[in-house]
Amino acid sequence: MRTQNATAYRFLTPYLLIFAIFWVWPIISSFMISFQATRTVPWRFAPTFNWGRLIGDPAFFNALKNTLLILVIQVPVMISLAIVMAVLLNSPLLKARGLYRFAFFAPVVVGEVAYSAVFRLMFNLDFGIINKLLNSVGLAKIDWFSNVTPAMALIMIAVTWRWAGYNAIILLAGLQSIPEDVYEAATLDRVSKVRQFFYITLPLLKPVIVFCAVLSIIGTMQLFTEPFLITERGGPGGGTETLGLLLYRQGFRSLNFGYASAVAYTMAGLAIAITLVQLWLTREPK
Amino acid sequence: MSSLSQRRLGRSLLLHLVLTPLAVIWLFPLWTMIVFSTMPDNGIFSPGIELLPHDNFLANFHNLQRDTDFVGAIGISVSVAVTYTVLSVLLTSMAGWALARYNFVGKGFVVAIILGTITLPYAVVLIPQFIMVARDFQLANTWVALIVPPLFNSLGVLFMRQAFSMMPHDLFDAARVEGVKEWRIFLFVALPLARPMLAALSIILFLASWNNYLWPLLINSQPGAMTAPVALGTLIGLTKVSWGGLMAGAVMLTVPMLVVFVLLQRHFIAGIAAGAVK
Repeated sequence: MRTQNATAYRFLTPYLLIFAIFWVWPIISSFMISFQATRTVPWRFAPTFNWGRLIGDPAFFNALKNTLLILVIQVPVMISLAIVMAVLLNSPLLKARGLYRFAFFAPVVVGEVAYSAVFRLMFNLDFGIINKLLNSVGLAKIDWFSNVTPAMALIMIAVTWRWAGYNAIILLAGLQSIPEDVYEAATLDRVSKVRQFFYITLPLLKPVIVFCAVLSIIGTMQLFTEPFLITERGGPGGGTETLGLLLYRQGFRSLNFGYASAVAYTMAGLAIAITLVQLWLTREPK
Repeated sequence: MSSLSQRRLGRSLLLHLVLTPLAVIWLFPLWTMIVFSTMPDNGIFSPGIELLPHDNFLANFHNLQRDTDFVGAIGISVSVAVTYTVLSVLLTSMAGWALARYNFVGKGFVVAIILGTITLPYAVVLIPQFIMVARDFQLANTWVALIVPPLFNSLGVLFMRQAFSMMPHDLFDAARVEGVKEWRIFLFVALPLARPMLAALSIILFLASWNNYLWPLLINSQPGAMTAPVALGTLIGLTKVSWGGLMAGAVMLTVPMLVVFVLLQRHFIAGIAAGAVK
């Protein structure tokens, strides 16, 4: 490889320019905006104005609590499901593989708005198919949109449906990179399939699982569209309000950019902290 | 021998018994969408469970078009997604090429900041991006606003860097010895060799733009400037809405992508497996 500064930077310039304008500057800018009172003209520097409000704001803690609750339940359930999908799809015994792959991978191409509309229809109290099915097996209807617990469950179900296959694709690629002879040797040594899964597959797949978990955590941390559209602006009564929705409400409904920036940096801080914990937990021994 | 094949049969049976119900559940929302996009609105309120498509799609689509200019919004979405994909593929390939082919001052730093943005939530840049595009540049409700800010894409660059570094660099060096300019080597030797990777990246980027919701919702909120997902989103939650129309819109957003997915599954999966775009 040759050292060619001028040529290299000619190829990089358009990309770095976009990066500088639309990422580097905004990262710095939103940090500075979070220390300003932005509902007066002109904005004025007031270091504790937004951050002081944040630590005493029940709406913030409600959104934080909901976001963490979704994170703690939905991400592990989805990743486990994705591992099951990937392992089963990888089985040489599987017939009609294409059909199964389509079923699990298809949600990857479905947009948030389209599937939000479908989930609202499916879970409708009176004419939704889910409640009709519950009724037909003798169970009571569930009012998915007016009670907090079912509403939260609905959000988690929707996100899991949308993203499990996405993670399964990444995990499947990871599985296929595990050399076949590891399993052949284990089978010769009469190690059961179940033990092979726990003692060979999972450890070797760990880096990929961590990658999926980190991406999912960052995605769920910013959850916006599902509570915005499916449970209608975080309803019932803020029961599914997330940090992403709070940021939207403060930044783009109340036009309070300073406070919204403080919320954004809180999300970034959480994402970075969780990512670091995750990497530390799964670090290589030695 | 027979006990071994019996065990295989048993395991195969178990495998399909677990996977089939799961697959049916997973396909169910898509099937629901198709069924209800073809059903008259009064059928939606019927007490029975409807599982088969009807023939009312065009009337439903007509209702949708009455509620919002969905055809116009689809036009914007297609144009924006195509332009975005072309520009983004070019930009990320050029950057990936620079990182794969040359040594240069600051290379480690460039790679580090690209990697650093992967785990950084988009929320952090959202507000300044909005202020800049809407207030400073006065570009709200334009195509430029939809296309340019999302052009930065870290995983795409890493994907293309990987693609180019796996190629035989002797070939490029030979071309250079022949006196071929670097940009011609990139354009006429390296890019054609990277066709499968470019296909994977294009599909993923097109899909990301086609489905993008939050940024277009914020920046292009005027009725004539909305993308299709934003236009459809304005109808969700309205009390007087045609459910059939809503589902017809959802079908129009989804089914073309499903067809592309089936036709180009290999590229799709390659793009996602490489984590090209979340």
